[in-house]
Amino acid sequence: MEVALNWYLGLSAILFSIGTLGVLFKRNAIVLLMSVELMLNAVNLTLVALSQSMGDPDGQLLVFFTIAVAAAEAAVGLAIVIAIFRRKLTVDITEINLFKF
Amino acid sequence: MAAAPFMFFLLATVAVVAAIGMLISRSPVYSALWLVLNLFCVAGLYLTLNATFIGVIQILVYAGAIMVLFLFVIMLLNLEALPRLEEINWTMVAGFALGVVVLSQLLYVIASGFDLPMEAMEATAETGSAELLGKHLYTRYALHVEVAAVLLLAATVGAVMLAQKRFQ
Repeated sequence: MEVALNWYLGLSAILFSIGTLGVLFKRNAIVLLMSVELMLNAVNLTLVALSQSMGDPDGQLLVFFTIAVAAAEAAVGLAIVIAIFRRKLTVDITEINLFKF
Repeated sequence: MAAAPFMFFLLATVAVVAAIGMLISRSPVYSALWLVLNLFCVAGLYLTLNATFIGVIQILVYAGAIMVLFLFVIMLLNLEALPRLEEINWTMVAGFALGVVVLSQLLYVIASGFDLPMEAMEATAETGSAELLGKHLYTRYALHVEVAAVLLLAATVGAVMLAQKRFQ
């Protein structure tokens, strides 16, 4: 019995969906960013699984750049959360509605 | 070679449980710790795929640096768990339905079978080695590495600019 590629892709789909649910459900802005990290992570798993099954290292190089972009995204996102927290004293996204009419 | 499926199912189960734990725990600190567990499990899955370099990078950068940044901000802001929502409003129902639709769509696409070489899953340890990846990274993808460096510098400067005490 060998681990098939489909299992990795299915697990990645499940993790991505849980991340989607986190983005849709959670009200804490920091946990929202963590859910985005979870989704990026699921996509990375897909890339690595396909890259290894095809014997092509390009997918893993793409994962390398994805991790760099995720680090940049986390830094800027958390800085924005800190700036908003300074002004409104909350990270509840239902109360952060600057652009809402 | 019966150890490989066992390791996969163990790591996959713990990864999914940790992701759900991140979703349902109300304290942001617990969410961050669940996510760290999930990232470690995904790193283990990379190791089962023989992608050792990416697995190590995953632990170093994600679990080491990014999650420490998250935990640091959570501690810095002294956050407590948000109050529980009293009633289930329609946006939550719509969100749940949307998530289920996304999952079923992804699983349908995977199950409906694009013809991939399923038998090439064995071995190929050399495509995941740091030597080969570094060779590609600093020759064909040298420009991309430079762009990533500029991006990280811009993100660092932007984060400092946004987080400094200027908006009072």
